[in-house]
Amino acid sequence: MTKFQEKAQILDRQELAAGVFRLTLHAPLIAGSAHPGQFVMVRVGELFDPLLRRPFSIHQVAAGGDLQLLFKVVGRGTGCLARMEPGREVDLLGPLGRGFRLQREDPVCLVGGGMGIAPLYFLGKRLLQHARLPEFDPVLLGAVSQQELALLADDFFGLGYDVRTATDDGSLGHHGFVTDLLDAVLPRVSKVYVCGPYPMMRIAAAKCLAAGVACEVSLETHMACGLGACLGCTVQAQEGYAHVCIQGPVFEATEVAWQ
Amino acid sequence: MTAQYDDIDLRVRIGPLRLRNPVLTASGTFGYGREFADLVNLHRLGGVVTKGISLVPRPGNPPPRIVETACGMLNAIGLENVGVEEFIRRKMVFLRSAGTRVIVNILGDSVDDYARLAARLTGIEGIDALEINISCPNVKKGGVAFGTVPEMAAAVTGAVRAATDLPLIVKLSPNVTDITRMAAVVEEAGADAVSLINTLIGMAIDCRTRRPRLANVIGGLSGPAIKPVALRMVWQVARTVSIPVIGIGGISRAEDALEFLIAGATAVQVGTANLYQPSAAEEIITGISSYLREQGEAAVRDIIGTLQLEGG
Repeated sequence: MTKFQEKAQILDRQELAAGVFRLTLHAPLIAGSAHPGQFVMVRVGELFDPLLRRPFSIHQVAAGGDLQLLFKVVGRGTGCLARMEPGREVDLLGPLGRGFRLQREDPVCLVGGGMGIAPLYFLGKRLLQHARLPEFDPVLLGAVSQQELALLADDFFGLGYDVRTATDDGSLGHHGFVTDLLDAVLPRVSKVYVCGPYPMMRIAAAKCLAAGVACEVSLETHMACGLGACLGCTVQAQEGYAHVCIQGPVFEATEVAWQ
Repeated sequence: MTAQYDDIDLRVRIGPLRLRNPVLTASGTFGYGREFADLVNLHRLGGVVTKGISLVPRPGNPPPRIVETACGMLNAIGLENVGVEEFIRRKMVFLRSAGTRVIVNILGDSVDDYARLAARLTGIEGIDALEINISCPNVKKGGVAFGTVPEMAAAVTGAVRAATDLPLIVKLSPNVTDITRMAAVVEEAGADAVSLINTLIGMAIDCRTRRPRLANVIGGLSGPAIKPVALRMVWQVARTVSIPVIGIGGISRAEDALEFLIAGATAVQVGTANLYQPSAAEEIITGISSYLREQGEAAVRDIIGTLQLEGG
């Protein structure tokens, strides 16, 4: 798949909750060829500090060549990006990596935790392009609190999915881990797509394995190039090391050597 | 489109190796070339230096392998590579067609490893030169000694020299007391050129967990942070040896490359900048042409080593 380097103008910046941002960028080359689960490398400034690009999964693409990123400010890179005003341009590389394999017919389940929800929305939209009944597809979403989760959950409701929520503080939906919700739905789905914090994905992967249900996970690591050149974004896989930027970020859960 | 300056002569010679311009991509930052094929016009580059190749494939170090630091990054990749046979069978197929010079970086655990690698790569179509990596800081075996003990560096260089007629570049470590001595001994042992610097050994700690940020604990520092150190060493080495010097270290824009050329480098390698700005090497080539035009220079070789010192 062709990769592009593209100057993208920031069209809109929404602060969904404290420190959680959704940026809309105009990047027609990347948006036009992106597949759910793929990511972009974003240069957050022109200077040398921070030096490296930051990887962000693609939250959604829209007709006309727009692309959205969803992120929480966790460090200097995300801090720089969050301060960029609409009208500014950022340099993107993408679309990168191997995305989700689309299940066209049988019911599937999407499980997202925190900012791991980002690529699942793109996936949820793309799955609908293949005639399916989203009310039979459970979407399990977890976050710290209602404040962080409510708007994102509404997006999936809007697509017609069977949305169930969990929060750490009990302010929305189930009080506890989002993976607690998985047991009830596993018997009636053929595949589970997971993105979120590592411990959450490990639990989801174990539950799917026990139930004999296929599971794909989207992994996150520190990355320098995103292109498979530096070999810095290594994870332990069943068969030696794997590189998240080119062999992933989406892996079959059984490919990963869970720590 | 990038402006072309057809009237400016960018050609340089690294011993027997002729380059269309003095800008190469540094080993370990450009994969095997193909990774950048969508993003970079490879045929515009002076050449590509491949990821370091060993006799047998290496898995590399456990993660985490990289961490960003102020204006730079630390890496402890651990020489992960596909091994020489896979390199020849698979990676060279693309590189041969890329329309640029191919310099293969080689590494080993023994003098014999280096000699066998050099012999194996000699005569393979499309390989224009070898760069001997005697300076990677990330392997626990004896590899480091090749880059820090002059007699060992000379032994490796001599063995490779005897095994191949390919142009031979020796990549020097900055983690030594006197880099000019290392340069002098490898020149004496038959190197056609030296390239410097490899990464500076460093480390970073997560204060919250009190753990090192790299699984290998220490790693190699690269990026703009190391440029002044690299420039100083290139200047010193260029005054010491009579073979060409290739400058490496934090080069990310044309001005950086020009500083190295003025200090005495005949060519430069762009490293970490490839990772965050794949177009860096091409932009540097264009920028060098613009500079030469502004300065009224017809050829890049006319500015090499033209540092003006007080009192001449």
